[in-house]
Amino acid sequence: MTSPLLTVEGLRVSFPTRTRVVEAVRGIGFTVGREKVGLVGESGSGKSMTGRAIVGLVPPPGKVTAGRLMLGDVDVLRASARKMREVRGRRVSMVLQDPRFSLNPVLTVGAQIAESYRAHERVPRAKARDRALEMLRAVRIRDPERVHDAYPHELSGGMGQRVMIAMMLAPDPDLLIADEPTSALDATVQMQVLAILDDLVTRRGMGLLFISHDLRLVGAFCDRVLVMYGGRIVETLAAADLERAAHPYTRGLLAALPSLGRAGEPLPVLERDPAWLEDQR
Amino acid sequence: MIEVENLRVRFGRGKGAVEAVRGLSFAVKERETFGLVGESGSGKSTVLRALCGLVRDFEGTIRVASEAQRRTRTDEFHRLVQMVFQDPFGSLHPRHTVDRILGEPIAIQRLGNADLRIARALFEVGLGPSFRFRYPHQLSGGQRQRVSIARALIVEPRILLLDEPTSALDVSVQAEILNLLMRLRRERALTTILVSHNLAVVGHLCDRLLVMNAGRAVEEMTAEDLRTGAPREEYTQALLRASEGYRRL
Repeated sequence: MTSPLLTVEGLRVSFPTRTRVVEAVRGIGFTVGREKVGLVGESGSGKSMTGRAIVGLVPPPGKVTAGRLMLGDVDVLRASARKMREVRGRRVSMVLQDPRFSLNPVLTVGAQIAESYRAHERVPRAKARDRALEMLRAVRIRDPERVHDAYPHELSGGMGQRVMIAMMLAPDPDLLIADEPTSALDATVQMQVLAILDDLVTRRGMGLLFISHDLRLVGAFCDRVLVMYGGRIVETLAAADLERAAHPYTRGLLAALPSLGRAGEPLPVLERDPAWLEDQR
Repeated sequence: MIEVENLRVRFGRGKGAVEAVRGLSFAVKERETFGLVGESGSGKSTVLRALCGLVRDFEGTIRVASEAQRRTRTDEFHRLVQMVFQDPFGSLHPRHTVDRILGEPIAIQRLGNADLRIARALFEVGLGPSFRFRYPHQLSGGQRQRVSIARALIVEPRILLLDEPTSALDVSVQAEILNLLMRLRRERALTTILVSHNLAVVGHLCDRLLVMNAGRAVEEMTAEDLRTGAPREEYTQALLRASEGYRRL
């Protein structure tokens, strides 16, 4: 691994409210190379805000500060809006959770994929259409011609999510950020979508930052896992070592999952230690 | 306690009609916890809604406590059967306090003694008296689901219907709610039907379960069969594999 695709150092995201400043992300650092990295945490842990900060899409009045926030050699915090538009798509793309809310309901699938492609390449319409069909085939859609001309509401959840992946991969980014890409899907469909993601990332040699609340899923799917709690990364470990997690929060999360093995017994409940929120020194 | 025979539910009419449930039969014994498992669109929630009277037009027989049910249900029926819904953000009135939310079923059923009943119901679901005059937006997802459970149990039903009660919650909160449900079920001698897409949750809570697909029963099995990994049907095996997590090819 040469230079990392993404370098994050001392990233903070805060939201001023009327009475106080809410810190969503409180000083985290990590790098992502050409690998699959999972970012795991529960609601409010700051995992989604981390993803948004990387692509420069934290909604106002949120404030992003960082020691370093680099996508390859581009400094996200100092780049102009114009530069960021170029960076999004080429360097980094983001797949969002629910295709029903993230795709444009009044444009056909083909038009949306072509749009993301033509934002970066000056190509004639016919070429963009070929590219869109190629991308639909890449995400294993069986009937790309039909799906190309369909509107999002005519597709199932799994199909919609594949379309979104196709759209994000069309400009050929180095790094893909996927924010809960399969949480709105049925378990069997979820596995199909993950297999497609896995394939594409491996074959194109991309980096993947996979944001999820599902520790087990991330452990099986990714190479490395970062566990977030209260805006901090409390533990970083290789996915294979998940069962040997050291931090009580990670261990608590794993234990709280119902499993078929010990049905009927009360589940161990996670006791939150206020010390987890304090600054590490 | 609950018998369902050849249940059919159809939405719409003519060419656009959708048959959500296509001839389903099962029976749940007293004090048993029965699971309905399936993916989106399998009809599992519709079965539950037909049972509790939210879906009025159905064909086939529904018997609850040996009484055949028709389109409308009586107050006594709702005293006997209560339901907890999936989304704790959508199922509590945003402008009613917890006190008013819990007071409503008492008023409807003319139970009286509201003050004492509300205090006791809150205590039973692990919420202190300080929660009584809060609004839903001041509560976390897990606390709201506790309020929903308290609202269902406040009329002292014998049957509890659960529609994905933990799928909107974080894993650590899900564990707390599942523990709460297991304790209440034991203390109150409840007969329970749990609808879920999550095989692990169903396997954890239920004695028996029915796997559904496209409105039909795929197979009925005991939780023990599920644990020992012996589903007969290919569809159930696929569900089980998917629930075990992602595997690299």
